[in-house]
Amino acid sequence: MTEALTTDPSAGAGLRRPGEPAGRAAPRRDGRRLLRFWLRRPGLVLALLVLAAVLLAAFWPGLFTDRDPLRGAPAEILRPPGARHWFGTDELGRDLYARVVHGAALSLKATVLAVAVAFLMGSGLGLVAGFAGGWVETVLMRLVDVLLAVPGLFLSLAVVTALGRGTVQVALAVGVAGVAGFARVMRAEVLRVRHTAYVEAARLSGARWYAVLGRHVLPNALGPVLVLATLDLGTAVLAVSSLSFLGFGAPPPAPEWGALIAGGRDYLADAWWVSTLTGLTVAVLVLAVHRVSRALDGEGTGRR
Amino acid sequence: MRRYLLWRLAQAAGVLWAAYTLAFLLLDLLPGDPVAAMAGAGLNSTQVTPERLAELRAEYGFDRPLPVRYAASLGDALRGDFGTSVATGRPVADTLADALPPTLQLTAVALPLAVLGGGALALAATFTRHRKLRNLLLSLPSVGISLPAFWVGLMLIQVLSFRVPLFPAFGNDTAAGLVLPAVTLAVPAAVLVAQVLSRSLLEVLDEPYVGTARAKGAGRARVWFRHALRNASLPALTVVGVLAGQLTANAVVVENVFSRNGLGRITTDAVTVQDIPVVQGVVVFGALVFVLINLLVDLAYPLLDRRIVTSVRRSPA
Amino acid sequence: MTSTSLLSVRGLRVSYTTRGGPVPAVRGVDLDVAPGEIVALVGESGSGKSTTAHAVTGLLPPGGRVDAGRILFAGQDLTALSEKALRAVRGARIGLVPQDPAVSLNPVQRIGPQVAEVLRVHRLADRRTAARRALDLLARAGLPDPPTQARRYPHELSGGMRQRALIAIALAGAPRLVIADEPTSALDVTVQKSVLDHLQGLARESGTAILLVTHDLGVAADRADRIAVMSDGEIVEQGPTARVLGSPTAPYTRRLLHSVPRLDAAPIAPPQPSAPVPLLVAEHLTKNFPLPRTAGGPRTLRAVDDVSVTVHRGETVALVGESGSGKSTTARLVLRLTAPTAGRIVFDGEDLTDARGARLRALRRRAQLVYQNPYSSLDPRQSVGDIVAEPLRAFRVTDRAGRAARVAALLDRVALPASVRDRRPAELSGGQRQRVAIARALALSPDLVVCDEPVSALDVSVQAQILRLLVDLQADTGVSYLFVSHDMAVVRRIAHRVVVLRAGRVVEQAPADTLFSAPAHPYTRELLAAVPGRGADA
Repeated sequence: MTEALTTDPSAGAGLRRPGEPAGRAAPRRDGRRLLRFWLRRPGLVLALLVLAAVLLAAFWPGLFTDRDPLRGAPAEILRPPGARHWFGTDELGRDLYARVVHGAALSLKATVLAVAVAFLMGSGLGLVAGFAGGWVETVLMRLVDVLLAVPGLFLSLAVVTALGRGTVQVALAVGVAGVAGFARVMRAEVLRVRHTAYVEAARLSGARWYAVLGRHVLPNALGPVLVLATLDLGTAVLAVSSLSFLGFGAPPPAPEWGALIAGGRDYLADAWWVSTLTGLTVAVLVLAVHRVSRALDGEGTGRR
Repeated sequence: MRRYLLWRLAQAAGVLWAAYTLAFLLLDLLPGDPVAAMAGAGLNSTQVTPERLAELRAEYGFDRPLPVRYAASLGDALRGDFGTSVATGRPVADTLADALPPTLQLTAVALPLAVLGGGALALAATFTRHRKLRNLLLSLPSVGISLPAFWVGLMLIQVLSFRVPLFPAFGNDTAAGLVLPAVTLAVPAAVLVAQVLSRSLLEVLDEPYVGTARAKGAGRARVWFRHALRNASLPALTVVGVLAGQLTANAVVVENVFSRNGLGRITTDAVTVQDIPVVQGVVVFGALVFVLINLLVDLAYPLLDRRIVTSVRRSPA
Repeated sequence: MTSTSLLSVRGLRVSYTTRGGPVPAVRGVDLDVAPGEIVALVGESGSGKSTTAHAVTGLLPPGGRVDAGRILFAGQDLTALSEKALRAVRGARIGLVPQDPAVSLNPVQRIGPQVAEVLRVHRLADRRTAARRALDLLARAGLPDPPTQARRYPHELSGGMRQRALIAIALAGAPRLVIADEPTSALDVTVQKSVLDHLQGLARESGTAILLVTHDLGVAADRADRIAVMSDGEIVEQGPTARVLGSPTAPYTRRLLHSVPRLDAAPIAPPQPSAPVPLLVAEHLTKNFPLPRTAGGPRTLRAVDDVSVTVHRGETVALVGESGSGKSTTARLVLRLTAPTAGRIVFDGEDLTDARGARLRALRRRAQLVYQNPYSSLDPRQSVGDIVAEPLRAFRVTDRAGRAARVAALLDRVALPASVRDRRPAELSGGQRQRVAIARALALSPDLVVCDEPVSALDVSVQAQILRLLVDLQADTGVSYLFVSHDMAVVRRIAHRVVVLRAGRVVEQAPADTLFSAPAHPYTRELLAAVPGRGADA
């Protein structure tokens, strides 16, 4: 969980011959090795493809569909999935596939904004708390404890109450709920690194505090926080869609994923596809995010 | 030990106070005029005249400076008065008390489901010697955590109420109606339990004392249940507070999906009409659940792990 | 020999599955243990000695696999047994004393039941008699007051007591063979001696054979009837102890024997300057650490209690003691890494006891530290070049080109190839990393280097090289060392003067020659007597 994608110091240590320079055995990344790395992880490849597709859909929905997500055809109300409408149509005859594709931009925007808020505020708090110590740390971490004590959804709902509904408001609400997690991980990492022998050695070498922070503490503490950030992307997708499902996202015609799923609940008996396929899209995206995050967390280092 | 208890109680009260303050400030300071919002929140949301607004401002005390309002509302809260709902005019405490029983019922069924389901999954995944099965079981939680809870609920309704009419889809009335919501609520919680427990089981199984047990000639079942499980469930206990918070929060979504009465209904209604006193009450209630559960866990911990006892007795800090 | 053997390993091959495919760890080992015999399996880390021992119990770590060979135990091939049949052997017929007593007992179970479990598993006793017999076993293992200890949890016992409990577990089923995997390497020497004495005595008494896995040739020399030396997955030499140590045939054994630090080996320290000039004078150092509050317990722990040390220019002063003696704390006090509770630190005539800011930085420039663990004292994300250049950069000694040249010279100084400059610490072996740490310490040409157990994490052959390097550097530059160590034999090789610490106090302080030839204090004598390998002749 410590360093993402670096070589694991302990992996070969036990089997190394004494006295032999270990450098010779260090992994050398050549093409064939890389190819084998990917071939052995079809799930990871698939996950990256899913992420790439969602990113493309968010920026250039035209690549995937040329239908209008907002215009319905009264003659084609609640059509099941088929060659003409891949995901079927909704109660107004709008093409569901087009709505899901165009919804990607809204969902992605909210998600990225939410994670950015959580990451910047949270790791900032954690960094200051961990590095400053003393009463600063006490005050900041008590604050984080409080944020942690209130369930994330309630915190988000409180922010939505204050700010009103809308995509950006939902994003901020989800972001605030994620601050505490980042602050805790960042502080724990900073504390861990601060107490290592190599940081003490740097101090002993006469390095000043900003050099210690910039050259040793930050680079070594950031890994797990970045892993958390990718993991939080998945959590944020779910949280954003939950709030939008509850009706606090962008107002109706906008094709937000959560709202789409909510829209399909009245037709569960007759038109299964509306909620099912949209929800499946969300689930696949989150699954892909988690897979990539797991890869960052340790697969590159051969752990787990 | 008594000192420790008092200290923990004080700590819990501190967190609650801070949560109250946080909710107060969040709802008071963020942009948007709370009075205008509340005035608009009345059931007949007709245009409000400026005179009426000023009247309301005075009625809710918004014409006073912030510290005064805060002190007054905190004083009321300490006496159990969390204000009155703007939408219904009922006291917030009563509103919450009425909404609580169905939600408690739901979580009370979901919690054991989650602990048993998640625990069984973690045990099975680490216990099996079948490599493929093990990998499959270990990957189930990461699939489960990717599913939106509300969507799982809708899928259950679709299959088990509409396709095969086994359970009612909506409503509070029958025991059968509790099945689908409870299962829906239990899924994310079970995932959390399974993740934490299997990770901690895998870690414990690598510990040298498990090696010692094996070297004694102990069988797998003995190693797992006598040595590994007990040690592995200790770190898992620490997430019980998170689990309770997660259950409470997800109950809001699940109740919405299944159109059940309860905390979820009043919460979503309150957020929709910006009924600030109720939202504030819900936030503080969420913190209360978390704080109480964590308090219980902390007090139970020394009974399960003797190593803690010594340090607990020693350090109140 | 096979006919009389209790354990007979033939052509054993074990490999570990890794990302890069299977890696052989044991490559064709033949090994015999006769009934009642003590055989030591000796080798450095990665030699395959522990893997061999674990293969015998059928408890290889995950990824480990027996590829070929037979393990005959009392005529039965263990490699052919089912898991269930193996379980009947483990604990009852083969006992195991594990490596690290601190983590080898179930932390949430009382000691008594953990010993009784062996009897219960093998149905040697019912619940009640098992508990009673556990008390006997604990008593036999040398635990004082067994009824009390049996009710305790592992964390309430000292390291030595835990190892005794583990010995009780290993011997509970009255096995014919006990495998002891580095049983005392985590313990202090005096505790190590008493635990090993006891284990040996019990085995003799009951005719149990012991397969003793150890990296310490001294331990092997003292305890074993026969020694098998392993290197690189193979047994390079085996035979009666006296023969293997007295006239080794394999070149590896000879090299190993040569690098083992011995009390009777000649010191390699360069001669001291004739007119000693004091560099560091520490007087009456005292350090209290606050203790967690307990009812009626002491508020503070006095880790260092009135310690005075003087280090002269060009001199090596050793601080020796067991764990908890305050030797490392003293070293940190001297460097002002922690502030003393009382006492005075004078460096080159300047009182630095309360120095802060610029004056403290000036001390940093002239006094450096080499850490015990070369794995944690180097930033894993920096290149070796950056690590060595850090002090130069911090004190703005030269420009970029000057730094590069100085780094190259320093790496050359510690006998590292120039190519390591761009490597990361993880790509280096333990010995190489310690060389990097030494190069960093020397970057500013300090007058004093404090070495905190600099070789105790290293294999003996690497240990010898690093000690030699330190001595050469001293001869060339006249640097002074304050050398912290628990290992009397290492200290013997390089120290001019020795300070013996116990429980934070100086018990004896003398020139090395005097101290080793005529120790004055009984504790010093005890320490020296506990050093393994004294029984063996040169």
